[in-house]
Amino acid sequence: MNTERRDVMRCMTWAGAAMVWTVAGGIPRSRLIGAAEAATSGFSFAQISDSHLGFDRGVNPNTTGTLQEALGMVAAMPDKPAFLIHTGDITHLSKPAQFDTGAELMKTTGLTTYTVPGEHDILEDDGKSYLNRYGKGTKGDGWYSFNAHGIHFIGLVNVVNLQGNGLGALGREQLEWLERDVKGLSASTPIVVFAHVPLWIAYRDWGWGTADGAQALGYLKKFGSVTVLNGHIHQVMQKVEGHVAFHAARSTAFPQGVPGQAKGPGPMMVPPGDLRTYLGIARVSLVSSSAPLAIVDTPLAG
Amino acid sequence: MTRWLSCLVGGLLIAATGLSWAAAPAEVKIDNFTFSPAPLRVKRGEAVTWVNQDDIPHSIVLAALQVHSHALDTNGTFVYRFDKAGVYNYICGLHPAMKGQVVVTQ
Repeated sequence: MNTERRDVMRCMTWAGAAMVWTVAGGIPRSRLIGAAEAATSGFSFAQISDSHLGFDRGVNPNTTGTLQEALGMVAAMPDKPAFLIHTGDITHLSKPAQFDTGAELMKTTGLTTYTVPGEHDILEDDGKSYLNRYGKGTKGDGWYSFNAHGIHFIGLVNVVNLQGNGLGALGREQLEWLERDVKGLSASTPIVVFAHVPLWIAYRDWGWGTADGAQALGYLKKFGSVTVLNGHIHQVMQKVEGHVAFHAARSTAFPQGVPGQAKGPGPMMVPPGDLRTYLGIARVSLVSSSAPLAIVDTPLAG
Repeated sequence: MTRWLSCLVGGLLIAATGLSWAAAPAEVKIDNFTFSPAPLRVKRGEAVTWVNQDDIPHSIVLAALQVHSHALDTNGTFVYRFDKAGVYNYICGLHPAMKGQVVVTQ
C-alpha cells in the first residue's frame, strides 16, 4: 500500500462524513477530504447526506453532534468548497425543530447550501415543512437547476408519490421539466445531477433505485460528462457507465447494511468506537486532467 | 389487606385471560421492514393496531379507504377500525415495497 493511500485510510477512521468533488476539464472526480493531496487549484464543492436529525437511539444517539463534526470538516477544508449540497433526509421525522437545527448548523459553514428532500423530509403537511424552509425558488416538489463554474447543476426530487414497486420516482411533470431544462445546453457542458434516492437501480429488493431514473438519464445522453450524486443508502457506492458517473455518499448519522449481507435496510449497529468510520462527507472537484473519469472506491476501514 | 389485594389481582388476571380468549388484540407488528401477521383476519367492527418496532419510521396507507397514517416513529402505533367486510391491502407510505393485508369478515 502506498503512503497516499494509507493517509486516506487513516483520515477515514476519524472522518465525520463528507465527500468532495473537484471538476477540471469538465471531469468531476470524487475524493475523500482529509487526504494530504486534496488541495486542488480547481473548483470544488462538498456533499453531505442523510443527517436524520431527531434520530437519537441505538447506533448513534447524537446525530446533531455527528452532523456538526461533518460540517466542521467541510469548513476546515484548505481549499474552500464553493458550496455545500445536502442530498436529503436532513431530518428523521420532518419536525420543525429538526429542520431548524439543520438549517442553523449548515449555516455555520458560511457556504450556500443546496438541498433536495429525502422521504424523511416530507412526512408531514405534503412536504410544506421542507419546502417552506428549503424550497424557495424551486419548482414542483422542490426541483431546480443552477449554473456554477460552467457546470450545470440539477437537483431532482424522487421521493414523492412512490409506487408499489418501492422504488424512487420522478414523475412525468419533473421529467418534462428536466427535458426542457437541458435542451438549450451545449453537449460540452458538465452536468451534475443530485437527488436523494440513487437514480440507478442500486438494489431493487430494498427500493434502492429510481423507477423512471433511466428516462431522466436519457435526456442527458448527449452530454460528455454527467455526474450523479445520491444519498439514501448510507454507504459509498459508485459506478461508471459511459459518460455517466454514479456516486452514493455516506450518511452523517448512521450506517445501513450492505445489500446481500444484512437482513434489511435499517440502521446497522456498529461498535461505538467504529461509528465514525462509517460516516462521511464528500468533496467533488473539477480536476485538470485528460485522464478518463476516475472515481475511486475507498474501503470504509482498513 | 394483602389477601384482598392478591384476590383482586387474581381476579383481574382471570378477567384478562378471559378477554384474550374472547378476542385476541388485532395487532400488526412492523419489524425489519415487514408487516406481520399479513394477512391479518379480523371481524367487522374490530380495530387493528399497527406497532412499529423498527428504528426507522413507517406509515400505513390503506389506498382503497384513502387512509394515510402519520409516520410512526419507533414504538409508535396507529389504530384503525374496519366497519365493512372485505379484503384491504395496504403499504408503507415511506417504503411502498412493504405490503400487508387485512381480511375483514362479517
